[in-house]
Amino acid sequence: MPNGNLDFERPLVELESRIEELRRFTKEKGIDLSAEIATLEKKAAELQKEIYDNLTPGQRVRLARHPKRPLALDIIKLVFEEFTELHGDRLYRDDQAIVGGLAFLEGIPVTIIAEQRGRDTKENIARNFGMPYPEGYRKALRLMKQAEKFGRPVITFIDTPGAFPGLEAEERGQAEAIAVNLMHMSRLQVPIVVVVLGEGGSGGALAIGVGDRILMLENAQYSVISPEGCAAILWHDASFANEAAAALKITAKDLMELGVIDEIVPEPLGGAHRDATQTAANIKEAVLRNLQDLLKIDVKTLLEQRYAKFRKMGVFYRRKSADAESEG
Amino acid sequence: MPTLKDFFRSKPKYVTVHPIGKQEKREIPDGLWVKCEECGNLLFNKELERNMMVCPKCGYHYRVSARFRIAGICDEGTFQEFADDLVTADPLGFPAYPEKIRAAQEKTGLPEAVICGTCEIEGFPVVLAVMDFSFIGGSMGSVVGEKVTLAIEKALEEKKPLIIVSTSGGARMQEGILSLMQMAKTSAAIGKLNEAGGLYISVLANPCTAGVMASFASLGDIIIAEPKALVAFAGPRVIEQTVREKLPPGSHRAEFLMEHGLIDLIVDRRDLKETLAKLLRFHAPAQVGGGKADA
Ligand SMILES: [Zn+2]
Repeated sequence: MPNGNLDFERPLVELESRIEELRRFTKEKGIDLSAEIATLEKKAAELQKEIYDNLTPGQRVRLARHPKRPLALDIIKLVFEEFTELHGDRLYRDDQAIVGGLAFLEGIPVTIIAEQRGRDTKENIARNFGMPYPEGYRKALRLMKQAEKFGRPVITFIDTPGAFPGLEAEERGQAEAIAVNLMHMSRLQVPIVVVVLGEGGSGGALAIGVGDRILMLENAQYSVISPEGCAAILWHDASFANEAAAALKITAKDLMELGVIDEIVPEPLGGAHRDATQTAANIKEAVLRNLQDLLKIDVKTLLEQRYAKFRKMGVFYRRKSADAESEG
Repeated sequence: MPTLKDFFRSKPKYVTVHPIGKQEKREIPDGLWVKCEECGNLLFNKELERNMMVCPKCGYHYRVSARFRIAGICDEGTFQEFADDLVTADPLGFPAYPEKIRAAQEKTGLPEAVICGTCEIEGFPVVLAVMDFSFIGGSMGSVVGEKVTLAIEKALEEKKPLIIVSTSGGARMQEGILSLMQMAKTSAAIGKLNEAGGLYISVLANPCTAGVMASFASLGDIIIAEPKALVAFAGPRVIEQTVREKLPPGSHRAEFLMEHGLIDLIVDRRDLKETLAKLLRFHAPAQVGGGKADA
């Protein structure tokens, strides 16, 4: 097996390579080991269920950042037809940490916006490890406005450690770029479906994350601050990231309970990286179903519902009553 | 509503001042004289107060409370607070959060990090929201997001100009993803106000960063900053720690933002009320011969 397996995956990976060995042995030596193989396979399935049914939030964070986890372009290729990338913000440059373009989803023309990491070091440098600059967000907005003009729905895919925190990003107005996207996405006159694929890193994720339906892969995470960042502030030690991940409530299940997302998209057992095709099929089913619902709603109602969706997020009390006022 | 005069009468024994660039929080004893932490000049304490906590020698703007700012902006006796009955919850059961809130309330005498109200500025009725950095770094959780949204919606309903004075370290970590969503909520409300043609003036006080800066604070029709205010998405410390970039002097300051075309005006705190009134006058219905019209 190639490198990049997580420690809690290792017993399973080892078991799987033993099964692989027995199979090869059977083939090469012509000895029937099917009984042994069946036993080990049963054991592997049990082990897999045991591991993945009991993941801690910290382990889920590592799955969400798994080196083999399918990236946005992998998923786009499997979900849509004829994806055609469109480049640039028309102002400064083409930020490759965000890809955008046109595609068909079962015959429906859509605009796609996605945060894209690199698979290797070279690509990661080109894509700035999936951390967009302001021009990335401005490209996204340009393409969303284009979608609005032509009445195309928008599908966005979130996967970023965060918006890039560098001096040049400040010079070009990182905060402004994010804020403007939040405002315009909340008023965009076409349906928007958001899918959180891997890591939803704070404002850099939200900047393409305002929509009518927010879907989230089972092992994805979405957080106001990285667990490491939170641990550094709270425990003065980034190695408390697991504790921070639990405290911050960043898993798909947590976000569902907090009313921030609408639907959890199931991953194949063991995580999206173990079967990208199945993962994409699950995403396609969920996106298509939600989009078909949204396409039935008139624009005015759509925008009212979108406003109300975010309007009710947050939990607080009123002094006179002891009950929580609003829970998204 | 306390006026500026009342504020001075009831001021605490110690005035906390936080000079830019220095992380340690020193308190200046409320004696007759203070030494400006920026320029080192000895100042008569009353003189600093008369100058709205701006050093008369070097122009350094000391950090002040939301109540202090309100008193300095509003016409006397016109400020009427609303949404002051919202109380912070602990939706995540986050370690030590209720204690942190209680300590902040005791320290500041405020229920949360923003105060909202209606008032008049040189006779112009407006909706005003002012943040307070001393309340957990002016961080935005559910209550701040809700109150700011209520202020925006009130400006929309009552067709009044909106002024928000923002000072914040960003989203409130202890409310997790719900804090992040306040950025979307407030920005969506500004989007509605925009479509209705409402005026929104955003005033950035030192410091204004992260989640607040990446939402409503950046969305003003006109954006004003206090001189030398630290304004950023990611502050200099974040950049130095994560990207290990060497930063030129003055980066992330109001003047740097002005140079890069990101803000409209830099206004001395002592001139803020007059500037706001002037801007409101430009947006009031035109009257032949000038003069102040009702907004
Ligand atoms: Zn001075």
